[in-house]
Amino acid sequence: MDHELNGDADAGAPIVEPDVLEEALTSAMGTGAEFAEVFVEDRRSISALFDDGRVEELTSGRDRGAGLRVVVGDTTGFAHTADLSPAGLRVAAEAAASAARGGGGGVREVALGAVSGPAPGPVQIMPRDVSKARKVALLERADSAARGSDGAITQVAVRYADSHRRIQVANSDGLLTGDRQVRTLFSVSCVASGDMGMQTGRESIGHTVGFEVFDSVDVEELARRAAGRALLKLDAVPAPSGEMPVVIGPGGGGVLFHEACGHGLEADLVAKSASVFAGRRGEVVAAPIVTLIDDGTMPGEWGRYAIDDEGRPAQRNVLIKDGVLTDYMWDHLRARREGRPSSGNGRRQGYRHLPMVRMTNTYLGSGDADPDEIIAGTDHGVYVAQLGGGQVNTATGDFVFGMTEAYMIEDGRLTNPIRDGNLIGNGPQTLLDIDAIAGDFAMGSPGTCGKDGQGVPVGDGTPTLRVTRLTVGGTAA
Amino acid sequence: MGELLDLAERVVGLAEGSEQLEVVVVHEHETEVRAYEGEVESLTVAESRGVGVRVVFGNRQGFAYTGTLDEAAVGEALAEARDNLSFATPDEYCGVAEPDGVEPADMDLFRASLADYPTDAKVAMALELERLTRAADERISGIESAEYSDSITESAVATTTGIRATSRETGCFLSAYALAEQDGETQTGFGFSLGRDPADLDMSTAADDAAERATRMLGAVKPPSGRLTVVLDPWVSAQFLGIVGGTLSAEMVQKGRSLFADRLGDEVAAPGVTLIDDPTDARAFTASSTDGEGLATRRNLLIEGGRLDRFVHNSQTARRAGTVSTGSAVRGYSSTPGVGVRAVSLLPGQLSQAELVAGIDDGLLIQGVSGLHSGVNPVSGDFSTGAEGLRIRGGELAEPVREFTIASTIQRMLLDMEAIGSDLQWLPMKAAGVTLVIGELTISGT
Repeated sequence: MDHELNGDADAGAPIVEPDVLEEALTSAMGTGAEFAEVFVEDRRSISALFDDGRVEELTSGRDRGAGLRVVVGDTTGFAHTADLSPAGLRVAAEAAASAARGGGGGVREVALGAVSGPAPGPVQIMPRDVSKARKVALLERADSAARGSDGAITQVAVRYADSHRRIQVANSDGLLTGDRQVRTLFSVSCVASGDMGMQTGRESIGHTVGFEVFDSVDVEELARRAAGRALLKLDAVPAPSGEMPVVIGPGGGGVLFHEACGHGLEADLVAKSASVFAGRRGEVVAAPIVTLIDDGTMPGEWGRYAIDDEGRPAQRNVLIKDGVLTDYMWDHLRARREGRPSSGNGRRQGYRHLPMVRMTNTYLGSGDADPDEIIAGTDHGVYVAQLGGGQVNTATGDFVFGMTEAYMIEDGRLTNPIRDGNLIGNGPQTLLDIDAIAGDFAMGSPGTCGKDGQGVPVGDGTPTLRVTRLTVGGTAA
Repeated sequence: MGELLDLAERVVGLAEGSEQLEVVVVHEHETEVRAYEGEVESLTVAESRGVGVRVVFGNRQGFAYTGTLDEAAVGEALAEARDNLSFATPDEYCGVAEPDGVEPADMDLFRASLADYPTDAKVAMALELERLTRAADERISGIESAEYSDSITESAVATTTGIRATSRETGCFLSAYALAEQDGETQTGFGFSLGRDPADLDMSTAADDAAERATRMLGAVKPPSGRLTVVLDPWVSAQFLGIVGGTLSAEMVQKGRSLFADRLGDEVAAPGVTLIDDPTDARAFTASSTDGEGLATRRNLLIEGGRLDRFVHNSQTARRAGTVSTGSAVRGYSSTPGVGVRAVSLLPGQLSQAELVAGIDDGLLIQGVSGLHSGVNPVSGDFSTGAEGLRIRGGELAEPVREFTIASTIQRMLLDMEAIGSDLQWLPMKAAGVTLVIGELTISGT
């Protein structure tokens, strides 16, 4: 495979030999199917947890298997197996075909082409070549740094995790491709205790690279930031309640776009009219300063991959250009029905799951405002420095996102920190209400996006921006 | 099921010297049918198996899992778990569970009828659910999803300390997510039905609830900000009670992450509030006769008459606290046993939802919340979620409202519980729902 050219020895041998995949696809197509696909995955992961002042545990895991998908008309049949032998794959292929209820009969041989596709993302230090002791040592350093930053830090949990995922995709169009995806994650969660109770602070980094990430990330600094966030909130006042301008700091705001419109631009939801953005391509959907991009090729970012879980190369897709909706995100099936190519957004949690349209790294393009002036120009509002997760109802457009570090803005200045809470808005309205975007772009924390019970890693990013009106869900008048 | 226990026992038999082994084996068979526009959109037939191996030696533990029952892979997991152990910090409370003589409850959670139920009939149910939902009201413009799903789960736990536990459960679930449209506005509603086998399912309830919840939201406006008496629908109260249950885990308490540490015996809720975690109640969708360490589950009274009575334990937190496990180890095959509630419910009251609403002059019925994971901090207690529902005026349900938040703190909400309905409802989550009246919450709208 051309992966070997990348100097990545372990990516060389296929998980399943091409002739075995061909045979499985031939079985799957035997009942008159229009499309069949086999997705093979071999994923190893390690997670180490330092909690309550000690290395609590290391967990190693391995998941290996194949998912077979057969399409007949509008119906998809799906089955999976952990048995990668020719017989195991044939049984799964027949189960998927029978689920899809092909009626045609006859034999259709599938001949796979040569292995093709972009090379996996470069990894300098494979995590599995690094001793567990070195990984654990990082945890201890972060714990000490967090506890050392202030006596009010009463609890610290530090997690290190890496995963090494190899995939192979072959389908009845003759496609044969593969990828090797390495992810490295580190997070610190602190509890601070004071007279007003406990508060929490969290920081995390995650990249699609190997252990070399720690050459540029200082885990002690990360731990002190997490601790600082918890400490800061010990003096936090209750969040305000009601509509007001909201300024979102650099990096933090990606979740806003992920929820306010990202999900609504996924072609599967659009096709069912379960999105407020259905039928709006070519229309103005946002303020003219808004350009929104979903880019699965961003080097090293959490939502990066060479090929998606349907074998399509990742791409950079401009979703909104200068306020105009340019395109949705597509997977293979939705794209095929529309007679267009997939946009490389077909993803799945693992071989036990069907792929669907998912985001990768979603970010807002930079503007030319000055971040300090955006705050100075805000009379009374809220500044959100770190966002938590969020949720959206794509059919109504109503979305929420959490704030985990935020401040009041009074007379153009940041004042009191405020306690955690949600903000709520309506996607189409919020996109129009963005009136300032700065040039200080940054990517945010690594995220896991959930949809229909499947979680996939995603990234996001924004420069500082302002929404003229969002509803802040606190308890203060 | 014998096979799973056999495998677990074989691996336990590989223990060397004085090391402890705990092996959990899970086998799950699932079917999922999604219908769309009168066709089967997808049909998934899935079988998952996995083994988790925990090794304890010298007061340290190591863990590894593999997503197959293949013996070579399990052997690899055992070796990995042993290697992982050497990096852990010793902890005197570490160890697998010891048999405690408590007999597992005898419950009927497995129906062989589900295993024999033909796939064609499952497909027909999904198609019929979609048809019924679309037909329930002329304003139903579409379906986001209409789904039948079921699962047959078998598991076994064996340890070097002599635990041999098996359990098996079946479950099936119908759910419809309807879109209603009027004057260019779209609203959504969710309906479901669940049971142990398809005979328990009520298709019209799922379809009608989805349609009713979607159509009654048509014309919804954003309400003004203020403070109001709030009625939580069972679907919403169950989510809230699940969060409360989470704060009563002894692991959270011992690690200084629970709001209620040091509060045993205190009045933490209104006097009428009794909260129970009872996985031995067969009505609970999440019922189970054994826990993640293979001990019998049991009925645990958490809050009695407003007074905090107990935290839930697994064997490790119990040893640390000098008590016994409450049979509350929770885990899958891919993780070590944590501690958590499994089937929480409030002792129900006497009045129906309609009767409770009739007693409220000015309030709000919440039918759905969003962002529980992002706006609720179970450590600080801050509670803030997106919400939608109906205004209550003069004791009657009035206009729909949406795009607002409700906020308080978990501590305050427990003390502000004014009434509990009689409509206890078991849901596909770790808590049962019941209509719940909270004296005052902050509404953030316009």
